[in-house]
Amino acid sequence: MEKNKFWGYRRADGKVGVRNHVLILPTITCATQAARQITELVHGTVSFIHQHGCTQVGVDYEQTFRTFVGIGANPNVYGVVVLGLGCETHQAKTVAGELAKTNKPVEVVSIQDEGGTLDAIAQGSKIAARMVQEASAQTRELCDFSELIIGTECGGSDACSGLSANPAVGYVSDSIIEDGGTAILAETTELIGAEHLLAERAADDRVAQKARAVIKAMENRSLQMGVDIRTGNPTPGNRKGGLSTLEEKSLGAATKAGSTALQEVLDYAEAPTKKGLVWMDTPGQDIEQLTGMTAGGAQIVLFTTGRGTPTGSPIAPTIKISTNSALSEKMAENMDVNAGTIIEGKESIEEVGTRILNEISQVSSGKLTKAEILKQHDFGIWRIGPTF
Amino acid sequence: MEDYKALIVKPEDNVATALEAIPANKDAVVSCQGRVSTITVLDSIEFGHKFATSFIAKGSDIRKYGEVIGRASQDIDIGAHLHTHNIEGTRGRGDQVGKE
Repeated sequence: MEKNKFWGYRRADGKVGVRNHVLILPTITCATQAARQITELVHGTVSFIHQHGCTQVGVDYEQTFRTFVGIGANPNVYGVVVLGLGCETHQAKTVAGELAKTNKPVEVVSIQDEGGTLDAIAQGSKIAARMVQEASAQTRELCDFSELIIGTECGGSDACSGLSANPAVGYVSDSIIEDGGTAILAETTELIGAEHLLAERAADDRVAQKARAVIKAMENRSLQMGVDIRTGNPTPGNRKGGLSTLEEKSLGAATKAGSTALQEVLDYAEAPTKKGLVWMDTPGQDIEQLTGMTAGGAQIVLFTTGRGTPTGSPIAPTIKISTNSALSEKMAENMDVNAGTIIEGKESIEEVGTRILNEISQVSSGKLTKAEILKQHDFGIWRIGPTF
Repeated sequence: MEDYKALIVKPEDNVATALEAIPANKDAVVSCQGRVSTITVLDSIEFGHKFATSFIAKGSDIRKYGEVIGRASQDIDIGAHLHTHNIEGTRGRGDQVGKE
């Protein structure tokens, strides 16, 4: 493998995928079980369970819609079977209409139009089977890291996170950006207390203002709840791992952002319009963050953990990086890379970062992550309004 | 004699992070950007947990990474375990809204 290159799938819209999934995309919770049945029947398909897609309004409707479209549009997805019920707010045909703009294969199946669950499963499976064979005929081509959007995330953090794995991810982030790629920083909640450091690195005043604004909005939501945010974040596991306050967790989390200028602050599930370091406004909740970043186009996610989490995405390989060596041994079946050697003084941040870059090359070229092997297909949308 | 290792991230910090479990009343060898000192810990410190590297008066800032991570909710002696029992966060404090 050439350094800082990978073998990817070039899509009709010019973007590059690192996987070649056929996605069964249920736009409504009522269709998720039928979607799951299709993935049981047809090799090479993925889907996910969720509880959204109906009786949502305004910005909350839009955010869920943007997430569905973004997940389908992600270049890791070859083609999409959009599966709806028929009467829901988030109409399958509207989502499919947006997805068609990527010029990838997109088809719609509606449970009510097909005459019930079994006929919808049969119809969806027939379409999916055809797409999977077409997908399998596409070959990978050699690509540069400039084609990559890397999502960065920390979950189940401990006190080592900010000393080992997160700074190593920061090194990787700088390296990917130097190669012309993009790195997404997210989890706004877990940047509360570190926002001044990021705002100072903003490419212009507008970006700095938005960085401060999303932090203020997130903190205000907690203030309106009338409780100490520490009752929910840092979590009991974070606290057991030595993190005492949200600010401490945030300052460690922010080291994932490396040292380059902050180019853009994105809304949840929004695709970057700029290369380089971007910040997506998401909660700290791992699954909602992961879903938002992959809907924004991240083909691969670097996920650091000190407590150990199995989290994975249905469409994007998630490289799990342990912050301490004890975890790497204890949960070896879930961990891909160990950064605990930094704590022991056996390796430098740069050395671990170089190992992660090599892992990115391999995983982007087809090597499976532990979360993929264990079918950890997590999906959760950050809801910003009530259900009616 | 075994060295118990700990790390101070930035010189302006007043906390150290234990890089291994340190029993109470043992000396920790604390490094900070190449400079090494010794601090006797008062409590047993779990791996990854923090102890004070100087006396910290109630209400003072707690600093790690060269930044403020919270403030002391009581007087804290050098070598004492620092955690949720004696550090409070200053952000997202909905419980403090309308007080003071």
